[in-house]
Amino acid sequence: MTRAIAQALAFSLYPLLICIPMTAAAQGPLRIEITEGVIEPLPFAAPTFIALNPNAGDLAVRITGIIAADLANTGLFREIPSQAHISTVTSFDSPVQFSDWKAINAQALVTGSVDVTPDGVLTVTFRVFDVFSERPLGQGLRLSASRASSRRLAHKIADEVYSRITGEGGYFDSRVAFISEAGPKDARRKRLAVMDYDGANVRFLTDDSTIVLAPRFSPKGDTVLYTSYETGRPGIFVIGLADGEKRALRGTPGTMTFAPRFSPDGSKVVFSLSQGGNTDIFSMSMESGALTRLTANPAIETAPSYSPDGKRIVFESDRSGTQQLYVMPADGGEASRISYGPGRYGTPVWSPRGDVIAFTKQRRGRFHIGVMRTDGSEERLLTASFLDEGPTWSPNGRVIMFTRESRGSAGVPALYSVDISGRNLRRVPVQGAASDPSWSPLLR
Amino acid sequence: MTQLSKVLLLVSGLMLASCANTDRFASGTSSDGADGYGLGESEVIGDPAPLNEEVAEFIDMVGDRVHFAVDQSTLDPSAREILTAQADWLFGNAGYTVVIEGHADERGTQEYNLALGARRASAVQQFLIAQGIAPERLDIVTYGKERPIEICSVESCYERNRRAVTVLLAAAG
Repeated sequence: MTRAIAQALAFSLYPLLICIPMTAAAQGPLRIEITEGVIEPLPFAAPTFIALNPNAGDLAVRITGIIAADLANTGLFREIPSQAHISTVTSFDSPVQFSDWKAINAQALVTGSVDVTPDGVLTVTFRVFDVFSERPLGQGLRLSASRASSRRLAHKIADEVYSRITGEGGYFDSRVAFISEAGPKDARRKRLAVMDYDGANVRFLTDDSTIVLAPRFSPKGDTVLYTSYETGRPGIFVIGLADGEKRALRGTPGTMTFAPRFSPDGSKVVFSLSQGGNTDIFSMSMESGALTRLTANPAIETAPSYSPDGKRIVFESDRSGTQQLYVMPADGGEASRISYGPGRYGTPVWSPRGDVIAFTKQRRGRFHIGVMRTDGSEERLLTASFLDEGPTWSPNGRVIMFTRESRGSAGVPALYSVDISGRNLRRVPVQGAASDPSWSPLLR
Repeated sequence: MTQLSKVLLLVSGLMLASCANTDRFASGTSSDGADGYGLGESEVIGDPAPLNEEVAEFIDMVGDRVHFAVDQSTLDPSAREILTAQADWLFGNAGYTVVIEGHADERGTQEYNLALGARRASAVQQFLIAQGIAPERLDIVTYGKERPIEICSVESCYERNRRAVTVLLAAAG
């Protein structure tokens, strides 16, 4: 135990979070099978983590709050408020009074402790319990980070709790790149921005001197592609999140480029290139700048997105007369149409799990976010409004974030999220108007 | 008197137009760090011509814009009439180059509207070329649904936003 703490301190000078197993325990029977679709959220209790020294009190409250909010906001869990708790946890290591938690029907219990050193090293230790079987759910863990990373540390713990109960990867320790908007509809000012997945820590990456559109995270989460009007016409740029340095992708005179996305290995960018009024799909090597044409069709071909294995690309084309979805090999070649329902389909995005594709659908004057299998079967619409568009997947493929814009001269865009079951539609709390979300992979 | 009020109208109209288009002429590029896939040859589009009698005539008498049906980039007879007059004007004012802006209404997805705006701008460009205007005088740019001039969400506004605008550029310095 002492050695474990020493280890944590040794690593904590780095911005990395480290995990140290404390006790071994069998996987408990407590499980939400979310593939089946959960109607009734699982009740859990997360009593405020124990502060191990007086300076850790505020941090303990904040961290516990973030963990509980992460879990409750999924719609899969329901927090039992502390006023209803019977047991008071006063020591992290004292035995859990399971009967007290059973009495308030808390099926899962998260306990923890928080310590912070004078030089700002934060250490959080936590356990998850299956209350009804009276057993720990997985190992206790100790995480350490600098005090400034307390939000990330809380998200990491919530991801761990989520994973243990659902059996799926989490998504709380992640970021979202988006476009922050201001001003009226006919004079919108747009800035590229990045924030935590829950709307915290907004950071602006560009000023509002030119139109910027549609950021797209790199697979490593370290750079973002976006479209900018810096030269007067739309062109693709890439910006580093650490240094804020931006570079334009190589252009071709007389062309306009937009709708970029990275390949899963980050070596290529696929995008739309418009020349002479015709828009086709191309890919470009990030290293050499070599350009490859993937479609050659007088129709509009745009919004390409790679499959997670990098072998195929889904895109939209109006070659049939209206916008529809097609899948082609990643190096071009014959495309097969996958969308056949009534209406128009655009902005397809392949799920990180690989099994479904999210899209925007327009039908009878309304816009929907929907999902279908990669062969176009089992289409389900998840949302409906005056204008919903531009889905992006959470790292675990469980949640979709998108832009919803309200109607009329005072219409403003906002970010919303929805579970792929179609439940738990929520507005993402961002200050001001926001559009074009791109969800990062899980941070490391 | 009547002439004065007309000039004022023109000026205010131009000011609105220039407000709506401030982004097009943003100065500065990110050419620093242009290694590997750095900034290529994509040249910067020039500044709009300052308001003078010629420009006012082009906008007011000739008509600087044409409109399109939903999802379409075909030029109807009234659009062709305006563009024929634009070509005549450009013949008589050989010092001007233009950038043709293609725009879409808000009832479409962003990427598709960018491509649709390019189609509309190109349709105008091709028509003017067919009238004998030198291609190098005619640049195009798409704004998709980024720069509506009408902000209400009804068809009468949408149809004014589905447009291609021929913007006169200042003579290259």
